[in-house]
Amino acid sequence: MSYIAKPKISHPGLRKNALGLTSRDYEGVVSTLCAGCGHDSVTAAIIQAVFELDIEPHMLAKMSGIGCSSKTPAYFVSQAHGFNSVHGRMPSVTTGANAANRDLMYIGVSGDGDSLSIGVGQFVHAIRRNLNMCYIIENNGVYGLTKGQFSASADIGTMPRKGMPNQQEPIDPVSTALSLGATYIARSFSGDKEQLVPLLKGALLHSGFSLVDVISPCVTFNDHEGSTKSYAYTRQHYNHVINVDYIHPSKEITASYAAGDAMTIYLHGGDTIILRKVDDTYDPTSRASAFKYLRERFNAGEITTGLLYVNETRAEMHELMGNVDTPLSKLPLDELNPGQDELAKLQADYR
Amino acid sequence: MKPTDTTNPDYFHKVVDCQWGCPAHTDVPAYIRMVAQGQFTDAYMENRKSNVFPGILGRVCDRPCEPACRRVRVEDKPVAICRLKRVAADHRDNIEDRLPKPPSKNNGKRVALLGAGCASLTVANDLRPLGYDVTIFEAHDTTGGLMRTNIPQFRLPPKVLDEEIGYILDMGVDLKLNHRIESLRALLDEDYDAVFVGTGAPRGKNLEIPGRYDSDRIYIGIDWLESVAFDHVRSIGERVLIIGVGNTAMDCCRTSLRLGATDVKVMARKPRGFFKASAWELEDAEEENVEILVNHSPKEFVVEDGKLVGMKFDLMEYKVGENGRIDRGKVTGEKFIPCDDVVLAIGQDNAFPWIERDLGIEFDQWECPVVDENTMMCGREGVFFGGDSAFGPKNIIWAVEHGHQAAISIHKYCQGEDIEDRLPMGLNLESQKMGMHEWSYSNDYNPASRRLMPHVDLKQRFKKLDIEVELGFTAEQTIEEVERCLNCDIQTVFTASLCIECDACVDVCPVDCLTITANGDEAELRKRLSAPAENTEQALYVSAELPHTARVMVKDEDLCVHCSLCAERCPTGAWDMQKSTILVPYALDEARVDQPKTASGGSGA
Repeated sequence: MSYIAKPKISHPGLRKNALGLTSRDYEGVVSTLCAGCGHDSVTAAIIQAVFELDIEPHMLAKMSGIGCSSKTPAYFVSQAHGFNSVHGRMPSVTTGANAANRDLMYIGVSGDGDSLSIGVGQFVHAIRRNLNMCYIIENNGVYGLTKGQFSASADIGTMPRKGMPNQQEPIDPVSTALSLGATYIARSFSGDKEQLVPLLKGALLHSGFSLVDVISPCVTFNDHEGSTKSYAYTRQHYNHVINVDYIHPSKEITASYAAGDAMTIYLHGGDTIILRKVDDTYDPTSRASAFKYLRERFNAGEITTGLLYVNETRAEMHELMGNVDTPLSKLPLDELNPGQDELAKLQADYR
Repeated sequence: MKPTDTTNPDYFHKVVDCQWGCPAHTDVPAYIRMVAQGQFTDAYMENRKSNVFPGILGRVCDRPCEPACRRVRVEDKPVAICRLKRVAADHRDNIEDRLPKPPSKNNGKRVALLGAGCASLTVANDLRPLGYDVTIFEAHDTTGGLMRTNIPQFRLPPKVLDEEIGYILDMGVDLKLNHRIESLRALLDEDYDAVFVGTGAPRGKNLEIPGRYDSDRIYIGIDWLESVAFDHVRSIGERVLIIGVGNTAMDCCRTSLRLGATDVKVMARKPRGFFKASAWELEDAEEENVEILVNHSPKEFVVEDGKLVGMKFDLMEYKVGENGRIDRGKVTGEKFIPCDDVVLAIGQDNAFPWIERDLGIEFDQWECPVVDENTMMCGREGVFFGGDSAFGPKNIIWAVEHGHQAAISIHKYCQGEDIEDRLPMGLNLESQKMGMHEWSYSNDYNPASRRLMPHVDLKQRFKKLDIEVELGFTAEQTIEEVERCLNCDIQTVFTASLCIECDACVDVCPVDCLTITANGDEAELRKRLSAPAENTEQALYVSAELPHTARVMVKDEDLCVHCSLCAERCPTGAWDMQKSTILVPYALDEARVDQPKTASGGSGA
């Protein structure tokens, strides 16, 4: 953290988006995380993504639970809605919020503790429902807020700053989400914004549950020699399989790609993502082959990143339930609550 | 790009725009911090070290530092550097025991200084503490040169001049007033080891158009101001035309208003934007309801029955080219403007009727002597020039710098050393970190706007010629203004080997001046930084290859507000905030011949 807030002065040549806002307008309060925390870089990437997507701040809802990661929604888009919930309960609160107002864009920021330990049940059921949200896990393998104990995502053999190496199997959020049928699954690294920003943009526009697992090193408790989630280790073991170039529907696709290595994904809302394969054996639309590839690479000690799986055909929660298009929160009371007589009729149908 | 060579003192010096822009390289941010702490005497001495006349310059400096100020690029208005200098001068304690002392015994070398203006006085200031026997020859019966005769008392009170000139004369300078040198040859025949010419550019330009000599109410600006300063002229007609729109013209028009004129027009040949006067001098004149008429080119003085009745002007129209240059213009009409007096303020020329042309001193077509820009020596060995007499009219701060350089040369010349072999500039860097997030300076950006100098009431100020118009900053104004300084001398210093490429600095920088990226050549690199780096006058600070990815850290120095957030957010201390002290060598440093060849930077005071 710093004693002074980031000065309001900005570069006069700063670009403006379609709303006439600069990226500075999407900032939040000054971060109180440790200097060099990966989470602050994720925050900066989120700011960049929502700025570039021309998102109106009041159409965004920032959701979080407890932990270092869950503090970060305070650090971006101050004008957006926000809910800082109980530990591990962010998915339920988001489900409720989304049920009431499907028009908002939901961005949940969680950590490996919040999502893979106390909140793992919530996490898996949000995926099952295909809740329309962007779920970010700031994954650093330790509980930073309680001084660096291993979390459920710590790899076998990873060393703490002091004491014994971890012996327990890690929960990999990407494979977990893949097995549960999540429809947009990506992994990235806080130190690689060129990759992370387009992944976040795709995740925000995807209809349904999108998971972005971000290796976000804990600079205080897990950035030493022997850690498998340090800045240095992540860079050394980085396996970047798919590049994402997000393209606005209004913009022509001008970049040229060699045949075979480009892949166009049409999103629900009419937007387009262009994927560029770095490893052209990888197929991000096949769950089975993705799963196999990830396991092989994991066993080889690599951290596979990029857009690892995408499925635009599955319906999200509201579509599955056949809900009206108008958000429930905006329905007039007499439509939302047709009264005792209607309820009695409905119940009679079940008799 | 290659990693930036920060061992060259010029690199960090350039980052301190004001100091780099100042001919005398005054450490502006350092003295502003002293003013902020209420250390007015220290601030005064810091100034005196480089610019010798803080009280004078705090009022009338041409302020090359202010247009250079980083704040201009960040938010338009520069820090009121000059006003803060005056704050230090106004509130200093007695400084006499902190002045350099002449040695008890002179070194046996005699130096003649011609003219008692700022250039000669600076030479005396630098040479007396080394034991030189210094004689100043002055044609008038008072010291100060153009500072006293051409700058009106309502801008620069004589008391301020007397005090600061007194500090120098009191070191034991032999001052010969009313002693005009009529022949340089005769002087050279005397027993002086070196001669310094600091006689200024004393000839006001004339305007040879019809009617020029038909009236005695047409004056040359600088001569007229001198007559006013010496009390020979005490009044002027009601309607006055000032020809020319430089700083002398501003002094002429404002002086006219104090001598009885009620309708003063400044006649400019060119449009606004092409005036020679400093913006603040124009403002001050216009505040006094002086009218500036543009695009009027003087054509004729109209004299009827031996009496000046007015002037005819050609009305001009100009085209401004894409390069910002103005063409010669074309005449679109003629206009007569009535007046009682005309003051010509269209520039000054050098004139050396007293220098014989066979002494080995060359002169160019403008009557300027050919002088070496580094050593200040002319073609004749042992004769040095400085101030306006060297390269034509400049300003006080340039004259002071010429004086410092000439003093070094005179010392080396008198000691039989090579005058070209001078001490280089030096650089010290010192971390300003005090704790986790604490710095030894006020690092937060303060959005306050520039404070305005309070002035004496418009009616009051015209009652006498010597009522100083500017009142000086109040305590409240000073407190605000010092916080506007961006402390550009507290440098962002980067150590590539410590960087873990976490992006924390890049993310937090308020002006997006940092980028971690693949290296490239400068033109190409400038295009792909976090924010456009279009000001090529300002350097890119490029690191060595970073340990993890072999990319480089690039900082665009242009808009950095030195807020320290990059260093606060850096988990490994790869960024640090370090005060750069530019060590400027003076004659005193050169005199320490047995010492290693580095400047002390602090000894000249």
